[in-house]
Amino acid sequence: MSRPGLAEPVGRTLVTPEGIDLRLRVGSYAERFAAMLLDFLFLTGGLIAMSVVALILVFVTKASGGQEALTVIWLLGGFIIRNGYFLVFEIQPRAATPGKRIMGLRVIAADGGRLTTDAVFARNALREVEVFLPLTFWLARGEGVDAALIGLGAIWSGVFVIFPLFNRDRRRLGDLVAGTLVVKAPKVLLQPDLADTERTASQGLAFAPAQLDAYGIKELHVLEAVIRGGDRKAIAEVAARIRAKIGWAGPTDIADRTFLNAYYAGLRGRLESRMLFGRRRADKFDVG
Amino acid sequence: MAELHLKSWRFRAEREADWRRLEILLAKAEKAGAAKLGRDEILEIPILYRQALSSLSVARSISLDQSLVVYLESLSARAYFFVYGARTRLPERLARFFQNDWPAAAQALWRETLISLVISAVSAVVAYVLVRRDGDWFYSFVDPGLASGRDPMATTQALRETLYDKPHSAAEGLSALASFLFTNNAQVALFAFSLGFMFCLPTAALMVLNGVMLGAFLALFAARGLSFEATGWLMIHGATELFAIVLAGAAGFSIGWAVAFPGERTRMDAAAWAGRRAATLMAGVLVMLFGAALLEGYGRQLIQNDLARYAVATATLVGWLAYLYWPRRVAP
Repeated sequence: MSRPGLAEPVGRTLVTPEGIDLRLRVGSYAERFAAMLLDFLFLTGGLIAMSVVALILVFVTKASGGQEALTVIWLLGGFIIRNGYFLVFEIQPRAATPGKRIMGLRVIAADGGRLTTDAVFARNALREVEVFLPLTFWLARGEGVDAALIGLGAIWSGVFVIFPLFNRDRRRLGDLVAGTLVVKAPKVLLQPDLADTERTASQGLAFAPAQLDAYGIKELHVLEAVIRGGDRKAIAEVAARIRAKIGWAGPTDIADRTFLNAYYAGLRGRLESRMLFGRRRADKFDVG
Repeated sequence: MAELHLKSWRFRAEREADWRRLEILLAKAEKAGAAKLGRDEILEIPILYRQALSSLSVARSISLDQSLVVYLESLSARAYFFVYGARTRLPERLARFFQNDWPAAAQALWRETLISLVISAVSAVVAYVLVRRDGDWFYSFVDPGLASGRDPMATTQALRETLYDKPHSAAEGLSALASFLFTNNAQVALFAFSLGFMFCLPTAALMVLNGVMLGAFLALFAARGLSFEATGWLMIHGATELFAIVLAGAAGFSIGWAVAFPGERTRMDAAAWAGRRAATLMAGVLVMLFGAALLEGYGRQLIQNDLARYAVATATLVGWLAYLYWPRRVAP
C-alpha cells in the first residue's frame, strides 16, 4: 500500500469496551495544519486586541509606560496565552481548541482511555520545540548570527514540522510523548432517509429485478451522494446514464430527481434484502 | 403501508428518537460540562450510549444508508468520549497537583535530578576555575547580550553597582524585566525538557551551558573580591530558578532515558509514559520559574541588604526541598 497523501484520511481502529469498532479517522496533516493556523490567528488577534486596549488605557489616563505594557503583554501574555489556550481548551469535554473544532478534530488518548490533563500538558509543552523553535530560527535571520548556523538549525527543527508525515497516525512529537492522537470527530446531522417512500413519492415507479441488478453497493453509495448533493447537472447526467443502462421503458416525463429517488429506494431494498441472506454485492462487477 | 418500507427504514424509525435524545444530552454536556446535567440525565447517557453502539453495529450489517452509518459512528464516538473521557474539573485537578502529583513526580525523578545537579555543578566549577585563571574564557562562556556590561573589562566599581541596582521610579521597568526573564528561563526549561527525548544529549548540553554561565559570572565577581555580594545577588532568586532548571533537566533526562532504555515496553510506550510523568514535573517547574522571576524582578531590587538576600535564598531553598521531598502519605 502506498503512503497516504497530505489530505488523505487514515483509518484507525478504536474498539470500545462494548466491543464495537468506532472506525475513527486520524486527522490529516493538512487539516491539522489548518487548525493550527486558525489557532494562531485567534491568539495573535487576542494579543493585538489586548495591546490596543492597553494603549487606549495608557492614552486616556495619560500614564507613562505604554511601551512597557506592550512588552509585558507580548512576552508574558504571549507565553501564558499561548500555553494556556491549548491546555484549557483541550482538557474540556470536547478536547479541541477552536481551530480544531472548526476543522472537526479532537484529541484522544492513543489507547482509547482517558485523556488526562498531564497528557494534554505534555503534548502542548512540546509544541514549543516543534513550532516555536523553527519560528525563532526563521525570525533570527539578519540579526548578525552566522547564516550557516541558522540554516542548519532551521533544517534540524524543520524535521519536527514534517515529523507527522512519517508515521501512520500522523502523530507529532508531542503526541508521541503524551500518548495522544488527533482524530476527526465532526458533528454529523442525521439526514432524512432517502428510501422513505412516503415523503419522497416514487409515483408508483417500479423496477424489474433485472433492472435493479445492474448495480452494487459502491454504486448505491455514489447515487446517495449525488442525490444528497443536489447538483442539478450531476443528477441529470446520472439519471440519463442509469436510464440507458437499465433500458428504462417506463414513463419519460418524470423528473430526474424523482426517478433517481425511486431507483435508489428500489436498489437499496434489493441489495439490503440480499444482504440479509448473506450476499453482499460490493459493486456492479461483483456477479458471483 | 409499513410492509412497503425497507427493514432498514423501520429499524431507523424505531430508534431515531433515542439517538436524537442522546444528541441533545451530549450537546448540553459538551457545552456546559457534566455538572450541569440533571441526575436522571446523567443516568440516561450510558444507556443511550449503549443503544447507539448497538444501533451502529446493526446498521453496519443491515443498512446501506451511508449517511445513517456515518451519523451513528459520529454519535457513538461523541458519546464514547463523554462516557469514558476524563471529567476532572480544573480546580480539583490543580489541588491534587499541588498536594500530591508534583512532589510525587519530583521524588520519582530523584536520580535524574541528582545527575542534572552534578552536571550543572561540575560545569560551574570548571568554568569558575578557567575564568579565574584566564579572564578571556569569560567571553566563550557568556553571551554578551546576557552579560550586559558585566564582563572582565568593567571596573570593580561598575560591577559593584550592578549588584545594587536602586529601583527607579515606582515599578518602572521592573514588570517588563520580570516578564522578560520569566519567558527566557521558561524557554530554557522547556527546551531542556522537550529536547530530552534525543537520548538526553541536548538536555545535558543545556545543563552544561547553564552551569558554565553561572561559574563564569561568579568567577568574574570573585576576581574583584565581590564573591559574597555576588552570591547573595544571584541566589535570592537563583535558589529557586537554578533548582527549577535542574528539575527541568531531570524531566528531560527521564524521557531520554526511557527512549534509550525502554525496558519491557516498546520504545513508544516508554517515551509516552516517561513523558507524562515528566510533564507533571514541568508544570511545577513553570510555577517555580514564575516565583523566581518575581523574586528577581521585585525582591532583589527591593532588598538591598546582603544578609537579607542570603536569608531569602536559604528560606526559599529549604522551603522547596521540604515541600518536594518531605515524605508524605501517597494519595490513592
